[in-house]
Amino acid sequence: MAKVTVDGIEVEVPNGVSVLQACEAAGKEIPRFCYHERLSVAGNCRMCLVEVEKAPKPIASCAYPVADGMKVFTDSEMVRRARRGVMEFLLINHPLDCPICDQGGECDLQDQAMAYGLDKSRYLEEKRAVKDKYMGPLVKTIMTRCIQCTRCVRFATEVAGVPELGATNRGENMEIGTYVEKALTTELSGNLIDICPVGALTSRPYAFVSRPWELRKTDSIDVLDATGTNIRIDTRAGEVLRILPRTNDDVNEEWMADRGRFSFDGLKRRRLDRPWIKVDGRLRPASWSEALGAVAARLKGLPGERIGAVAGGLADAEAIVALKDLMGALGSRNLECRSDGAAIDASRRDFYTFNTGIAGIEEADALLIIGANPRLEAPVMNARIRKRVVAGGFPVGFIGPRGLDLTYAQDWLGEGGRTLRILAEGGHRFNEVLRAAKRPMLILGRGALTRPDGAAILAAAWKIAAENNMLQADWHGFNLLHQFGGQVAALDLGFVPPADGAAVSPATEALWLLGAEVDPAAIPAGAFVIYQGHHGEAVAARADVILPGAAYTEKDATWVNTEGRVQHGRLAVYPPGEAREDWKIIRAASELLGKRLPYDSLDAVRARLAEANPVFAGRGFAAHGCTDMTGPTGDVGALTEAGFAPAATNYWQAEPISRASDTMAECARVYGAAQVQLAAE
Amino acid sequence: MVDISTAHEVAQPASFEFDAESNAAIETILKRYPPGRQASAVIPLLYVVQRQMKRQTDSAWVPLKGMDAVAARLGMAPIRVYEVASFYFMFNTKPIGRFHLQVCGTTPCWLRGSDEVFHACKDAAHVAGYGQTSEDGMFTLSEVECLGGCVNAPILQVDDDYYEDMDYERTVQLIEALRRGERPAPGSTIGRQTSAPEGGPQTLLDVPGE
Ligand code: SF4
Ligand code: FES
Ligand code: FES
Repeated sequence: MAKVTVDGIEVEVPNGVSVLQACEAAGKEIPRFCYHERLSVAGNCRMCLVEVEKAPKPIASCAYPVADGMKVFTDSEMVRRARRGVMEFLLINHPLDCPICDQGGECDLQDQAMAYGLDKSRYLEEKRAVKDKYMGPLVKTIMTRCIQCTRCVRFATEVAGVPELGATNRGENMEIGTYVEKALTTELSGNLIDICPVGALTSRPYAFVSRPWELRKTDSIDVLDATGTNIRIDTRAGEVLRILPRTNDDVNEEWMADRGRFSFDGLKRRRLDRPWIKVDGRLRPASWSEALGAVAARLKGLPGERIGAVAGGLADAEAIVALKDLMGALGSRNLECRSDGAAIDASRRDFYTFNTGIAGIEEADALLIIGANPRLEAPVMNARIRKRVVAGGFPVGFIGPRGLDLTYAQDWLGEGGRTLRILAEGGHRFNEVLRAAKRPMLILGRGALTRPDGAAILAAAWKIAAENNMLQADWHGFNLLHQFGGQVAALDLGFVPPADGAAVSPATEALWLLGAEVDPAAIPAGAFVIYQGHHGEAVAARADVILPGAAYTEKDATWVNTEGRVQHGRLAVYPPGEAREDWKIIRAASELLGKRLPYDSLDAVRARLAEANPVFAGRGFAAHGCTDMTGPTGDVGALTEAGFAPAATNYWQAEPISRASDTMAECARVYGAAQVQLAAE
Repeated sequence: MVDISTAHEVAQPASFEFDAESNAAIETILKRYPPGRQASAVIPLLYVVQRQMKRQTDSAWVPLKGMDAVAARLGMAPIRVYEVASFYFMFNTKPIGRFHLQVCGTTPCWLRGSDEVFHACKDAAHVAGYGQTSEDGMFTLSEVECLGGCVNAPILQVDDDYYEDMDYERTVQLIEALRRGERPAPGSTIGRQTSAPEGGPQTLLDVPGE
């Protein structure tokens, strides 16, 4: 530890930290542009200058290590003058276009010029101008505004793992860009917009849309993948204008994936915003009472075993528990939340969650990836894996399609079943690596479980975990990577049929789909289909009644991410038209069915959730080990040789919201061919 | 508006592959760096590309594909090579003429008459100015910073050779010789021995015992 005095305040900081960090520890704000906590230190903007006793010149605090007994001054005349000088230089070539700049109001340069700059410009000469660069459909560039802090270059290289941005040419001609024109090939490009301290990199879809002070900000959770990224939804006049990440070191640090960030225009398109009922084979608009009346008329008196319910990947816990309770009251146990066919064993929570935890990845020392493509299924988590790889001593074995670029080096072990079997039998060279590790982990992709031998794959993965030191009393290295934000809550609520049952069978006479995509061909011809959701896709056309629900931005809802972390999303805008919060729809239907559900407030539903599964009583994620080695049902012997095939869907359009989004359609077009396909949706 | 991202403006060859001579040179160069530090060889390798282009096309420049080839050989991201290649003006990122006339314009050379050398180049090589190439494709004229030969200022560098103690006349003569296909010996053009004083030794003339 080193004792440092900052403006007379004594602080003790670990050796090796920078003077800037010491100043922060003392509660002093240091202006900065190039320094960023999560990136390497560049020390090139000079905005962070401070005075250090006995040093002849001001020093760049972000790049200067503390020494014991150091005396730092952050508000001396020397420092003030130095900051003014740096600011003046930065502004020499910076355009004075704040009135037409999208960063205005949340611009570090603007703020710091106000706080530390001169009150007028003395520069009369010509300013330089730089041609804008093309960085893909999401990031808009106005490169004349760039102050060359190189944060974006470091982000792309270090965090996103796509070294495609650089500083080319030099001196006055230095430019930030890709040199050869290309869209950045990363699923994390939106973060460039956040880290750019000026208006050089801004959001293309948000261009000229709003000023930050006009926005209402709502903290919520992203559900378009299963990471559970903490987000802030910015709205104005009942419309979502943008979505930004919130810092949560345990989940997403401060990053966010592009699909979650930019799909929201899909919330305004192709919405189900009023009830519909089918009359003479055609859907026609209806009122709520007509629609619910039709549901009640059809379901009343139907034996429970003829009714089924399927929950989709974006369903919230409140709606799921309500639907489960309603089905129970109707005498049906034909529930299903795995419409993708994943052979998940819901009998124990650690069979289907990411037990290590996302932050736990940083403590692991070996990783085996089975049939998952974390880069496309959970880009932010993939950045965490990459971070761990970069830190060193982290062998990554990969079973799946050959030649995937995960942004870090991986040891490709094989295509699929055959390799998995050898590993499960313990005879693979990678078994040695795992056994030598103290905290090994594996990531099993949910997509890998959708094959006919899915149960065998799950059992094999567990066997590998159990026999390769992954299951310890204080360490749980078995991890299932889900794809969407509603998948784990449904499993937690036991939204699965009994061993001998199925949600959809030839005997099904009524089927309730809660945002679930079910192949219409699998539904018996005469069955009465209720589709409740926000986007009607293929299956909605098959529905007899459509009940318009709320999307994740439009309801107070509980979400469980792939770790099993319970988080609460909040309503940012009201659902469009006549759409309603989903649990309320089910509650209203229960009334008409004469099976009134015993809750009529959010608190009451949440109390019911906690009763259904105690995990909902708390929030967050508790690190845990594994003491019970018994594995999930499934026979390793049934494993087939086949490789894990990437499915046909792409990253940009993986669920109904992004499929309705123009921005995502553009991304799919631009990245289409280059994009490695998402492994099995 | 400054825009020197020339990469997009010039016709780029569709491919680039190191020839046998380049490969041999690369092998020698790579031995100079410890294992795992091969990226340090990026500058010498860019020179290898530039020389090979000179051999093959009579124009010493580094095309994008050449940078990519360097990146692939050294296991670097291509952008890291672009950064280096575009940073140093010694690497021509667009095609140049057969001879590259590089006039040093830094203070010592300027005081000793580099403006004259520049004018002579313009007149004799028929080049419009710095950064330009003559119409016959023979000469490209560039202004460069101190070449480290200030004692014999002013300096005109032609490709890799220094011609020293230049003035207008001798510059014109040199360019005409080049045009004729001759290659005058590099070094001082007034016959001085390396960087010894003009007109023979000036000091230590009275060393006892001599
Ligand atoms: S574009 Fe933004 S983040 Fe990148 S160097 Fe310029 S100012 Fe910094
Ligand atoms: S923040 Fe220290 S030099 Fe930029
Ligand atoms: S100034 Fe021309 S060589 Fe040094």
